[in-house]
Amino acid sequence: MTKSELIDAIAGRGELTKARAELVVNCVFDAMTEALERGEGIEIRGFGSFSVRPYKPYNGRNPRTGQPVPVPAKRLPFFKVGKELKELVNESRSFAITGGDDHDDDE
Amino acid sequence: MTKAEIVQAVYSQLGGFSKKESADLVDLVFETMKETLGRGEKIKISGFGNFVLRDKRQRQGRNPQTGDPIVITERRVLNFKASQILKHALNPRDAEASAEGALVRE
Repeated sequence: MTKSELIDAIAGRGELTKARAELVVNCVFDAMTEALERGEGIEIRGFGSFSVRPYKPYNGRNPRTGQPVPVPAKRLPFFKVGKELKELVNESRSFAITGGDDHDDDE
Repeated sequence: MTKAEIVQAVYSQLGGFSKKESADLVDLVFETMKETLGRGEKIKISGFGNFVLRDKRQRQGRNPQTGDPIVITERRVLNFKASQILKHALNPRDAEASAEGALVRE
């Protein structure tokens, strides 16, 4: 499922126009992104929680050339699956994993 | 941040939805995502990240408390992979940060 498919589903089930559903879905993920930017965690009961984890700087390597590359300190989002969703996902094992192409591209 | 605050954002930023409608719509978003993942389908939210499913084989593990060996049964797990856009949003000074990295004390 892509974001636009999620928007379609919300439009259908929520009985609103696609344009309105798009605003809702964008508003939800924008609010979540802004919370994480502030360093704030997000807790959605039954779904899971997001937190921001700090990482120390370290020296990595360019995998192509083997050259050492300094990796600066950074903050990364972390998702912990909620108990209910964790069980739901595990119970889905009788189904094949689907959802489009397998590389996890952005955009 | 809790779901109530996301509801508040929908209510106050979009206009035209009552508090109840805003709450129902936010519930619907997470409910739809749960159902989708619950039938083995992954979710890609561009600009935010991907919720991906992985099948794990049975393996040997240990009870971290007692150290006793245990069998971890095969299972399907959910991982979140943040998008580059979200990662950059959390690290706004990415470009300069590499220079500063050297200055960060342990």
